[in-house]
Amino acid sequence: MSSSKPGVAGAEPLRKEVAGRRPWNRRHVLDTDDWSREEIETVLDQTRAMREILQRPIRRAPPLRGRTVILFFAEASTRTRVSFELAAKALSADVTNITASGSSVEKGESLYDTVRTLQALGGDVVVMRHASSGAPYFVAERTDAAVINAGDGWHAHPTQGLLDAYTLRDAVGDLEGKRVAIVGDVLHSRVARSDINTLLPLGARVTLSGPPTLIPSAWRCGQLPPGVTYEPDLDRALDGADAVIALRLQRERQETGLLPSLREYARVWGLTAERVGRMRPGAPVMHPGPMNEGIEIDAAVAHGTRSLIETQVTNGVAVRMALLYLLAATVPLEERV
Amino acid sequence: MERDRDLSELAIVGIRARGDALAARIQSAIRANEDVEVPLGAIDITLYRDDLTRIGYAPVVRESDIPFSVDGRIVVLVDDVLFTGRTIRAAMDALVDYGRPRAIRLAVLVDRGHRELPIRADFVGKNVPTAPGDDVRVHLSEVDGRDEVEVVVRELV
Repeated sequence: MSSSKPGVAGAEPLRKEVAGRRPWNRRHVLDTDDWSREEIETVLDQTRAMREILQRPIRRAPPLRGRTVILFFAEASTRTRVSFELAAKALSADVTNITASGSSVEKGESLYDTVRTLQALGGDVVVMRHASSGAPYFVAERTDAAVINAGDGWHAHPTQGLLDAYTLRDAVGDLEGKRVAIVGDVLHSRVARSDINTLLPLGARVTLSGPPTLIPSAWRCGQLPPGVTYEPDLDRALDGADAVIALRLQRERQETGLLPSLREYARVWGLTAERVGRMRPGAPVMHPGPMNEGIEIDAAVAHGTRSLIETQVTNGVAVRMALLYLLAATVPLEERV
Repeated sequence: MERDRDLSELAIVGIRARGDALAARIQSAIRANEDVEVPLGAIDITLYRDDLTRIGYAPVVRESDIPFSVDGRIVVLVDDVLFTGRTIRAAMDALVDYGRPRAIRLAVLVDRGHRELPIRADFVGKNVPTAPGDDVRVHLSEVDGRDEVEVVVRELV
């Protein structure tokens, strides 16, 4: 694989920049931690055009005709996988699924062997989710396909960060100086990390709140990126906030001993209508889903007038269309292996 | 330009980024002369281009905006320059994703010739003979701050 280089991490310039064009030189989308504001805005602007396609009588445009998108989900996911599938199909790509259960992954195939298979199948884009942080980097270095990280362990979920930024900007306008509270199980949340990575370059400030056992220890001790603060009191974190993103309590990643009980968690950290009322009037409520209703968020809040949770799902398809377009639509077909 | 019978089924759709400004001018001309508000839309053809894999970068996709049903309407596509006809092919493909117009007509400000597809304009502002390598640039006050058509002739080396 002559094209792979160490630190392939998406920064490899693929296309020469043309004067007056939006900057876009990414070959992969693995993490947004090194993205510039301009790159994030390129994706968000394209997302707006993609959303219009989803509202047409025929929700399909042709730029990925003849391209294959392989969805490789080695960890349970419904909404993200379906979202990518709809996005790829709306751009006329062929879509193939490899899931962990029922595939050779379950029969003990190593990630390396799976990558060899993916490479042999000749997909143009591999969208992957994996329980191990960093797995998409491993794949990106060993395939000619563009790799999109759809969530790796505790590390990153870049498309969720981008769709949250798009949804927020659509709801509250320019994010410059806006304060977003991200609350709950921050420790296990790749969503929190990716949200921070996209919101900060757009000018927003982030207040994290959650039980100290569910905040990364360095962050709890004040070693936070500029623009991010930790507020151990949920009510104070919400006071005057411009939006809140509630995180799912990730019980499947939980070691024992981090929480006294679910009931106490719901009482101390659950997002109730009363708590939402502490934010700026009309400030929206978001959640990456799937929700534990009655634990981190009350049903009345999740389905209330301020909730953007369903809008996030719709916008997710459009954001993924924008990324698929930017990564795959203009690569010459003859460059493929 | 509009000698087309019944205005009630007419609609105008401009191709971004200059056809949409011209389309708006035609709409206001019809409003001034006939006192009729013809539905106006704008279409972006980027995702329908046949040269996406050849141009070496991802062109910016702008939002299309067709706020009416095209079903049964006579849709007049408007663009600034008609050249190879490939843009118009893309625009027609995009337009039929919105429904089934009764007819599609084509209005252009400048027809510079050198068609590569069997496409012909119904309404032409001006025919301008050019060489294939020339560059015809339309400037509109809405987009460029001035109204001007500029023909840049390729230097003979």
